[in-house]
Amino acid sequence: MLSQTPKRFWIWPAVIVAGLLLLLWGLPQLLPVCAKYQLTDILIFCLVAGVIFLTAYIRHKPHLLEPWRRVLQSHRAMAAAVVLVVYVVIGLLDSIHFQEPLEGQPESVGHYSVDVPSLFDFMTRSLQEQTEKTYSAPLATHLFVKESVVLEDGTTAQQHRRLEHGGAHLADPQTDKWPDIAYTALQGLVWGLLLWSLLALLVSVWHARTAGLSPGASWRAIWRGRSRYPLNTLLVTAGILLVMLAILFTLSQKYHVFGTDKVGQDVFYLSLKSIRTGLVIGTLTTLVMLPFAILLGIMAGYFRGWIDDLIQYLYTTLNSIPGVLLIAAAILSIQVYIANHPELFDSAMDRADLRLLALCVVLGITSWTNLCRLLRGESLKLRELEYVEAARAFGVHHFTILGRHILPNVLHIVLIVVVLEFSGLVLAEAVLSYVGVGVDPSTISWGNMINGARLELAREPVVWWSLVAAFILMFALVLAANLFADAVRDAFDPRLGRIPRN
Amino acid sequence: MFAYIIRRLFYAIPILIGVNLITFALFFVVNSPDDMARMHLGDKRVTQEAIEKWKTDRGYEKPLLYNSDTDGLNKFTETIFFTKSVRLFVFDFGSADDGRDIGYDIKQRMWPSLAIALPVFLVGLLINITFALLLAFFRATYIDVWGVVLCVVLMSISAMFYIIGGQYLIGKLMNLVPISGFDLVGIETVKFLVLPVLIGVVMGIGSGTRWYRTIFLEEIGRDYVRTARAKGLSELRVLFKHVLRNALIPILTGVVVVIPLLFLGSLLTESFFGIPGLGSYTIDAIQAQDFAIVRAMVFLGSVLYIIGLLLTDISYTVADPRIRLS
Repeated sequence: MLSQTPKRFWIWPAVIVAGLLLLLWGLPQLLPVCAKYQLTDILIFCLVAGVIFLTAYIRHKPHLLEPWRRVLQSHRAMAAAVVLVVYVVIGLLDSIHFQEPLEGQPESVGHYSVDVPSLFDFMTRSLQEQTEKTYSAPLATHLFVKESVVLEDGTTAQQHRRLEHGGAHLADPQTDKWPDIAYTALQGLVWGLLLWSLLALLVSVWHARTAGLSPGASWRAIWRGRSRYPLNTLLVTAGILLVMLAILFTLSQKYHVFGTDKVGQDVFYLSLKSIRTGLVIGTLTTLVMLPFAILLGIMAGYFRGWIDDLIQYLYTTLNSIPGVLLIAAAILSIQVYIANHPELFDSAMDRADLRLLALCVVLGITSWTNLCRLLRGESLKLRELEYVEAARAFGVHHFTILGRHILPNVLHIVLIVVVLEFSGLVLAEAVLSYVGVGVDPSTISWGNMINGARLELAREPVVWWSLVAAFILMFALVLAANLFADAVRDAFDPRLGRIPRN
Repeated sequence: MFAYIIRRLFYAIPILIGVNLITFALFFVVNSPDDMARMHLGDKRVTQEAIEKWKTDRGYEKPLLYNSDTDGLNKFTETIFFTKSVRLFVFDFGSADDGRDIGYDIKQRMWPSLAIALPVFLVGLLINITFALLLAFFRATYIDVWGVVLCVVLMSISAMFYIIGGQYLIGKLMNLVPISGFDLVGIETVKFLVLPVLIGVVMGIGSGTRWYRTIFLEEIGRDYVRTARAKGLSELRVLFKHVLRNALIPILTGVVVVIPLLFLGSLLTESFFGIPGLGSYTIDAIQAQDFAIVRAMVFLGSVLYIIGLLLTDISYTVADPRIRLS
């Protein structure tokens, strides 16, 4: 059955987007807070809205839906998608910024605190506020470095001081610590399993409804791998993640699970906060470069002649500058600009946000050339096809041909490149921050965490935890993105994925 | 072919002019030299005299494009655009903020860079192609499937993790080689080179192997391979004599272009290992915000890239006699 696209496929996504907008705008009105969305937040919301519309569009196009079905039917891609969803949820929660009213001054209505926390900060406030003096190891109860402490008899001694928050509830850390950790972890495990059962219930009910099975039969079908999508993989991955997160969160209420950094901030909190930065760089960069790359790429291939020469010249020139150097040159001059125009920014946070966006734009400028070249090559082939020739013969306007006949037929390339570039961009952020042309030093990011922790490796014993935490979180995101990208490429580009078996 | 090379060299000129204009715009138009001076001098309340002195010391006191104070040709040569950007074409890089001659420094520093980058490139190429051929030999078996997954895992690890982890494991725990440092004194140099080269090779295995594997699989699917098998040739002979030979063109496309860029070294490796090459030179310049060096490196990088493109074309004719450049 070939389902026709309903003319008004956009109604549902429009309702959803309008609802979300109402929520983002209206909820702060009801609560005593003032929404303060950053520039990058707004762009992220636009991206989310775009994804919602595209999903609705694809749902009605069987030829577009089919490859996506194939992506989700792969076990690896399903597991990767679950991991990515967790990251995206944390990143989105971290993108809803607001200001709280100043406490203790009821008369100053409309006066808000200078801090602009996000919803994520709000949920993890205890983590953020439980700062120590300096380094402490994961799950430690004492500071990592010795300090002079004045003893009761008046003498001073070098001692590891007790932490103010990590394990502060323990009477005798020597004996109580590990039993307490085990007990707390067990609590977390129970929470995680409870949440997982809820998810499993929802998934199996959904499967039962769509497959027309009884709940019991649907449950058995999922675990025997007979469901249409690999729901068993979904549930196992989600289970592992939920249990892990639940244990970490329960433990983090009493301890610093990943230790603390130089100024005593909780590393677990920092590494979760970095997720947003990584996602922003991975997605907004693409958003920035996409219009240029697509338009110029298909124009060069379709029109040929001097337009082609000009566009080719443009991207060969940009391409010929080694990427890091171009980024460095651009970011350095933006730095000078920001330093000389302090009046443009309300706060340090605005400045950091603009720098993040500038980094995305610069990364976008350096990375669009690859996509542009691919699109040019493909449109060169497409323009010679009969249907394009027919359209030209009928006198259809060039830009209509571009939009109606060329663009839809190169979109799979766009998708593949976008998904493939994501992981590279996340990795690039760390390198650029190390070089000194990455995000603002005040922005929490994996690159800045690594950069800060790198110098401490010379210590004896080594301060390894911020480094390891940043690397593991980055690795999980990049690995998931890479596996998902592979599945997308295999599904959308049948030529590449096939292995000749002769 | 000679005429072709000459023509290609002429094509390079507009590209280099473009690169020059981009850097000129970034460094002098977006921010005036006054802005740069203020940034360098740090203080918000710097006097105009201090700014003028900073600019005069570095030759930034001239007008940007047109100098109306002088006469004749000097109207155009006594400008920032001419002295700072056009002079790059004759590889006159000027001097850095600390007064050192950039051209001299570059000449000194490219050898340590090459000492690291060349072994990494050659050994890496050999290892990646070997692994890729292995995976192609075992295609569609579990060895291939898990090999590819392993490649993806290796690709997903940050380059900085490889470096820090390698330094910690081999340099600190096992104490085999010095963690960092460099000394160009004959055979002793090797002990400084081993670790950076090893790490550099390991870093590239994931993406490299996967890339070559796709190329080989594409070739294996072609008709001539089936013919070769039908003739009764062994699989090894097919892989080495037929597939590898025909895969050379796509391999060369990706490989030859980076050869000239090896001179620039690797930013991360050199900076972590304290190697006095061009990579660490660039990083130091970026961190000290020494725009003259960054400008010189941008120009040098694009010149080397263009040479790489030219070499790629020439290498095609060597690899495949059917290709003629004209």
